[in-house]
Amino acid sequence: MADDILLDFAGVNTYYGDLHALKNVSYKIKRGEIIALLGGNACGKSTTMKTIMGVVKPATGGVTFDGEKIDHLTPAQRVMRGIAPVLEARRLFPRMSVYENLEMGAYTRKRGPDFDEDLERVYSLFPRVKERRSQIAGTLSGGEQQMVAIGRALMARPRLLCMDEPSMGLSPLFVETVFDIITQINKQGTTIFMVEQNASMALSIADRGYVLQTGVVVLEGPARELEANPLIREAYLGEMKVDANAE
Amino acid sequence: MTTGELFLQQLINGLNLGAMYSLLALGFTLVYGIMELINFSHFNVFMVGAFIALGVLRLMGLDGQIVILTGLPLVVVILVAFVVTMFSTGMIGVGIERLLLRPLRAVTGPAAMILTIGVSYILFNIILIGVGGDTRNFANPLPSVSWHFGEATLRLRDVLIWGITIVLMLGLTYFVQFTKLGKGMRATAQDPEAARMMGVEVDNVVGLSFFIGSALAGASGLIFGLYYNYAKVDMGFSAGLRAFTAAVLGGIGNVPGAMLGGVLIGLIEAGSSQLIGQAWADVIIFSILVIVLVFRPAGLLGRQAPNKS
Repeated sequence: MADDILLDFAGVNTYYGDLHALKNVSYKIKRGEIIALLGGNACGKSTTMKTIMGVVKPATGGVTFDGEKIDHLTPAQRVMRGIAPVLEARRLFPRMSVYENLEMGAYTRKRGPDFDEDLERVYSLFPRVKERRSQIAGTLSGGEQQMVAIGRALMARPRLLCMDEPSMGLSPLFVETVFDIITQINKQGTTIFMVEQNASMALSIADRGYVLQTGVVVLEGPARELEANPLIREAYLGEMKVDANAE
Repeated sequence: MTTGELFLQQLINGLNLGAMYSLLALGFTLVYGIMELINFSHFNVFMVGAFIALGVLRLMGLDGQIVILTGLPLVVVILVAFVVTMFSTGMIGVGIERLLLRPLRAVTGPAAMILTIGVSYILFNIILIGVGGDTRNFANPLPSVSWHFGEATLRLRDVLIWGITIVLMLGLTYFVQFTKLGKGMRATAQDPEAARMMGVEVDNVVGLSFFIGSALAGASGLIFGLYYNYAKVDMGFSAGLRAFTAAVLGGIGNVPGAMLGGVLIGLIEAGSSQLIGQAWADVIIFSILVIVLVFRPAGLLGRQAPNKS
């Protein structure tokens, strides 16, 4: 049963100076799942991502990936183990070409036939990225940048894809495309841990979800149950509708 | 000399100075581009480089007397002098970063910059105590081959300085543009945190930028010696200040900008020495800097600094 667990994020407490950003937070992610992590601004979602990637160190608690404790590993070593991030606000390298950005995703890997295979896979998922491959990343539209950001993460050939707000700043139409692609990537065998403010979209494709409020997990359960939960409907789904109208 | 010959002669002189300033400016720009640090110790890494070159030439039997080499021995001596000098100053740069700056990495504010000023004085005093404050003659093993265009003279020395500078710049450009480490370096310069999460070891990249920048400062120090035929403990300040100006003029953090800025400063110095007088060269250089920065605050090719997140 324990073998099912790909990522075990157990009892993590993280501080930024005096700020207690994560308070005894635990997530268990099984192989092949899509997990949605919901919550408002500054609730600890991005800290969760940074803790998994190893750029923020937890004060207590720890992270186990595929049965191995990874707390002492550098970000590079974690990428090599099969964890890749899609960062908040894309964070492409703006003065590098699209192709070079994809290469950076495969930075920890040896160049070989695998690289070309993964490149083809990214290009077939995103024909647009192939068209734009020699363009400077900073000149792409937000939607195109998101495609490159996802493609860049896939170039690490990850087993766990950690996505920080994949729908942020995208047009409603493109949000649907992105979530379709996430589902597709998941079907191809990659486990997905996704931080999202767009709760309705996230829960519609997720298997399970967690709700984080000021550093505490207040709710967790199957996505269908969370969708039906009155608290969620009021706090997140309702809030998102207002936001959607405001755009 | 006719006006045309004067122009040609100052062009030759200016390109020599430009080669020296460009190589030195690259060190400022590489380090600034990666960690937004103005590294004032770079001034005196350049000076130490000139003295290391002096020592290397002396070890090879060239100690200030006129010894002219030709053919293979000349090539070997020049090559060994550049390689040993550049490697030594490169390692000095790495040492400064690893031992002194890395502990300060997490400290925000000007502490790291102030530290580099301190390091600059330490290097200055090491040479002052070890070698003394006198002007040292720099051995010049080059045969006095030259070509004449009217009264303008192009020396073998000039061609050598340009050739080496061009090779170093092409090498640097190739490294930064096309190698994996070079791409990791550019990525770190653009977004350090994202680069880390892609698996770039930022410590290595920072160390590398210090190594390359300081190695180029060593090459620049050796070129200074070959051009002016001397080395002196206080040579770092004026050359370093002009090279730093060159980096800002081109757009600090911008590698082609540093190359362009260096060549421009060299040409301006040579031109203004000719037209107005040596004493006015700095006035002209810094006036042009002020004018450029008023109208183009980011420098000619644009400042490039890491994204803050």
